[in-house]
This record gives sequence, structure tokens and C-alpha cells, in this order.
Amino acid sequence: MKIAVCAKYVPEATAQRRLDPQTMRLDRSGEGALNQFDVHAVEEALKLKEAGPEAEAVEVVIVSLGPERALEAMRKALAMGADRVVLVSDEGAAGSDLVATSRALAAALEREGADLVLFGQQANDSDGAVLWAAVADRLQRPLISQVAELAHENGKVRGKRQTEFGYDVIEAPLPAVVAVSDAINEPRYPSLKGIMGAKKKPQETVSLGDLGVSADEVGEAGSRTEVYALGEPPARGDTVKIEDDGSGAEKILEFLQEKKAI
Amino acid sequence: MKSLVFLEHHEGKLQKDSLGVLGKAAGLGGEVEAVLLGDGVEGLAAEAGRHGASRVHVADDVLLAAPLPQPRVDALESLLGEGGHDTVLFAASVLSADVAAGLAARLDAGLNWDLTDLAEEDGRLVGKRPALGDSIYVDVGWTSEPRLALIRSGTFEPAETGGSAEVVKIEPRLQDFSLAARMVEQAHEESEGPSIEDADVIVAGGRGLGGPESFALVEELAKALGGAVAATRAVVDAGWYPYAAQVGQTGKTVSPKLYVGVGISGAIQHKVGMQSSGVIVAINKDPNAPIFEYADFGVVGDLHEIVPKLTELVRARKAA
Ligand SMILES: Cc1cc2nc3c(=O)[nH]c(=O)nc-3n(C[C@H](O)[C@H](O)[C@H](O)COP(=O)(O)OP(=O)(O)OC[C@H]3O[C@@H](n4cnc5c(N)ncnc54)[C@H](O)[C@@H]3O)c2cc1C
Ligand SMILES: Nc1ncnc2c1ncn2[C@@H]1O[C@H](COP(=O)(O)O)[C@@H](O)[C@H]1O
Repeated sequence: MKIAVCAKYVPEATAQRRLDPQTMRLDRSGEGALNQFDVHAVEEALKLKEAGPEAEAVEVVIVSLGPERALEAMRKALAMGADRVVLVSDEGAAGSDLVATSRALAAALEREGADLVLFGQQANDSDGAVLWAAVADRLQRPLISQVAELAHENGKVRGKRQTEFGYDVIEAPLPAVVAVSDAINEPRYPSLKGIMGAKKKPQETVSLGDLGVSADEVGEAGSRTEVYALGEPPARGDTVKIEDDGSGAEKILEFLQEKKAI
Repeated sequence: MKSLVFLEHHEGKLQKDSLGVLGKAAGLGGEVEAVLLGDGVEGLAAEAGRHGASRVHVADDVLLAAPLPQPRVDALESLLGEGGHDTVLFAASVLSADVAAGLAARLDAGLNWDLTDLAEEDGRLVGKRPALGDSIYVDVGWTSEPRLALIRSGTFEPAETGGSAEVVKIEPRLQDFSLAARMVEQAHEESEGPSIEDADVIVAGGRGLGGPESFALVEELAKALGGAVAATRAVVDAGWYPYAAQVGQTGKTVSPKLYVGVGISGAIQHKVGMQSSGVIVAINKDPNAPIFEYADFGVVGDLHEIVPKLTELVRARKAA
């Protein structure tokens, strides 16, 4: 069995993020990392691998669309135990929206032909929580999203997921696409051995041409949305943020009294 | 402009957010139509008419009974193939996000999500989208038609216009792969568990608590303040706390006088359920946590230090 995990290279969660007023795109010049939400998808793939009778027979492949330096961030997944990385990297892909990104990613996934494609809950820069549905449609595969509990048996996957009304249980035959929630598991930390071994695992960078995707299908040319302008959000009023120096609790109480909230 | 609004329904009722989006579409002008997909849903068309739809396309089919996205993409594809609609609007939900994104791929149509407003400006449709944890607003648009948009939950209030809709039956052809996923058990409204909607004070706990046992800290503080306990999806999904206490897009919408968030990052999907609270206090050890963007008073620190102390202080002050 082959499991592909779609993982994104995003700005470090602790970094201040900004949109570049010139390009109106996210400023990606700072430190980047593997999207934390996707670490849960990697963990779930590894759990499925380890749960089977023959762990060796299950391959976990990380598939990512991003800049060259994303490869380094993807090594974290290899250090955790994933087998291989395929990075789709191409100047022409910059500025891709949902339509264009899903096309490039679907092409890479077609090439892999994985039995199960896993996604994380959301990219921390786009907050879309939508890409899987576009990719599943392009791959013409059944989809289960927002999965908080996943089971795999007899060529089927079964996912429990939350909606506005409570919990659904959905089943789909493989090959399928599954997007997991951030509560599905506690991701492991890479071991020292894992970290040492990661560098030696196969890491392939492919271009869009390699995947048979033409330049006008990706990037700005292949996108169907655009950004017109950037602006400040309406202020919500005064917000105060203090460091706890041991008096944090007192400060909260004072604030509540001042606001007559207590 | 000729828009189509995707109407979501559950247990025989149209969703409030869908009706709100319908009202917004009517306000934008042009022709406003709606689409209802399900099994035995024709009866809901009249209510859509009262909320601004002039025509409702209805597919009643057992294959559409379960709220699964993929057959709905097929249905919308064939409806849009008949031509005419330049804009398709969805109220964001777990279901409609997957429908909208699947449709975007199917039609190579642009999708903008998490919009909090739509307006005609200089002859083009512009979506207002708060981005990067609501730290910036972006005006977004589309370069082709149809234009697809997901509207952030809770954005528009429904308003009756008193109109009536013509019902047009449709019989979409569904694809095999769209029917491959099967609903084994469908969610239904749970009435058990605590009610948090009427509470004046809410203390909410998130994954920062570290484990279900730490909810005791939150419960103690809530008790001292005379309030109710709430939770994020992350801890509900993990089984630390009941779903009935969840605040956010897929949980409850609350507006207490005081909301205290403990070990909660403050994701947008959580924020939409509590942003209208009177006073928001946050305790989080990460100074960059998004919740500090909208908390009236935030303390950067360890909840295990701060919460028990705060509980003691509140108790002492109430006793005094
Ligand atoms: C379609 C969809 C719908 C969703 N609906 C909802 C919804 O209805 N409600 C909802 O809540 N979420 C919802 N989510 C999930 C949401 O995106 C977030 O994943 C979730 O809210 C995160 O929960 P959290 O804040 O508890 O966990 P995290 O994001 O993991 O945050 C935990 C926080 O605790 C802090 N922390 C850790 N240790 C300590 C300590 N010792 N002291 C102080 N602070 C500490 C950390 O700094 C961190 O900020 C939805 C997501 C999607 C995609
Ligand atoms: N550039 C990318 N490369 C690989 N996977 C991605 C990429 N962007 C998003 N994803 C995957 O899609 C999920 C949802 O992303 P989004 O819809 O952008 O929030 C993420 O959690 C990832 O699993």
C-alpha cells in the first residue's frame, strides 16, 4: 500500500506574517516550516503503516508544492518516519490559487498513484481548509474531510468527523482522499536516529513540465482569483497584552473589576 | 448579475446562514436564484422564496439524502452548465466548503473563501476577506465566471422580503466516484450536555490544558465566576470534553458578558463563535497566539500558574 501525505511549507507559526504590498502575496522571505496541521497527517500515515501486518510493505510519500527550500522543512516528516519526499517546485507556480494549486498537486498525486491521500486540517497561511475537495475532484476519488478518527480495513477507510450538527461516520473504498483534524493524534517527535537517517532518504524535486502541467495552468495564469487591495481590519477597540511576571492573575482581576465584569 | 445560492438544510430546516447569504445576494441586486439538493426537500423552497429567491432549483433524490459533498458537485455542475449564473454563493460549513472547492476544480472556477462581505465596486464584484488571523483585510476578486464564494459563518442575518419562488425540478446525473463515499452514521442535533448559550460568563478551555484532567482548572474558575465551561473543537475531537460545550463554527455561537479563553490559540473557526462576547480575556503562553489580536485583556503566561491563582482571587473577592 502507498500513502501520500500532502504537506505545505508555510511561514514559521511564531513569525510575524505580512502580505507584501507590492505583489499582494504572502511575504515568504522569513523562516519556514512544515505546516503543523500537516504533521498530524504525517503521524496518521505512520500509524496506519505501523498498524498493518507488514509495515515495510507500506510506503509513506510526502507530496508538496512549494519553493526549493521547502525540501529542508519536509525532512521533518522523513525524520518522523516517512519514506520519501516529492517536491513540486517551479517558478511558474508562484501565486497559484485553489484552481491552479489543485491542478499541480493532482498531477503529482496521479503520478504516485497512492491508495490513500492524506491532507492536514488547513494551511496556517491560507486558512482555506478546502484544497482536498478540489484535489479529490480532479483525481475522481471519494473524499472524507475533517476526520478526527480514522480506521482502515478491508480496502476501506472509515472516518468520524465533526459537522455543525455533531459527528458523522463516513466510509469510502480505496483509493480515497482523507483530510484529518488537528485532534486526530499526538504527533511523535523525530528521534535522533530518525533525524540522522532523514537526509539519506529519497528526496526528489520535480518541475511542472515533468508532470505534464503546462505553464498557463498554474501560477497567476492558471488562477481564477485575484487580490485587488490590502487594508487594515476595523479595530475592535483597545486590546491589552501583558507578560505574566507572577502578577498575571491579579492583573486579570483588576481588569475584570474595572470593566465591572465581576 | 445572476446569482445562485446553495441552500443547506438539516432535519427539514433551512440553515440560518444560507438564508442570510440569500438575503445578501438579494441586496446585491440582479436575479437571485437558489438550489436545494436533498431527498424530500421541495417543501423548503417556499421559505427560500420569502428570503429573496425568485426561483429555486430542486433535486429530490435518495442519492442526495446524506449531506455528502461529491454528488452535490455533480448536481451543481449540470445546473450551471445550463448557463446563466455568473456567481455562486455558499454559506461556509463543513459540507459547503467541500462542495464549493470540488466545484471550483470541476469548472476551473475561482473560489474565494472566508468572505465577510461582498460589494459591487467599479462595476466588478469584490469580496472582503480578513486574512492572516484577521490581522489584515484583503479585497479579492475573480478573473472568470462563474465566481464562487464561501461566506464566513454568522456573517449575514436572514431577512424576510415576502417574495415567492418558482420551483424548477432538476434531475442531475451523478457520477460513480461521487457516490463511492457512504454515510454510515449521520450526525443529529444532540440535546444532552450543558447549555452554554445563555451563560453570562464562559470560561473556555483548549488544547493548551494538556489533557482532559486539566479541565478541572477551567471548571473551578467557571464555578468561582458563576459561569459555564466551554471548549474548542480540538479538545472535543480529542474526547476531552463534550461536543455540546463547543464554541465556534461547528459548535455554538455565544455572546456572554465575559469570556475567558484558557490555552486556546484563537483560530478563526473558534472566533466566529465568541467574537460578540462583551469582554474577552485570554491566557496563553504564546505571545503570537491569534487570540491576542482580539482579546480585550491578554496575559502571556502558563495557565497552570495563572488559572488556579485567579480562581483563588475571585473566590476571595466574592467572599469579601
Ligand atoms: C471547518 C472547520 C471548522 C472548525 N470549527 C471549529 C469550532 O467550531 N470551534 C473551534 O474551537 N475550532 C474549530 N475548528 C478548529 C480550529 O481551526 C482550531 O484547530 C482549534 O480551534 C484549535 O483549538 P485550540 O485552540 O484548543 O488548540 P491549539 O490551536 O493547539 O492551541 C492551543 C494553545 O494553547 C497554548 N498553550 C499551550 N500550553 C499552554 C500553557 N501551559 N499555558 C498557556 N497556554 C498554553 C498554545 O500556545 C496554543 O496557542 C474548525 C476547523 C475547521 C477546518
Ligand atoms: N502547496 C501545498 N503542497 C502540498 N499540500 C498542500 C499545499 N497547500 C495545502 N496543502 C494541503 O492541503 C491542506 C489544506 O490546505 P488549505 O485548503 O490551503 O487550508 C493542508 O493542510 C495540506 O495538507
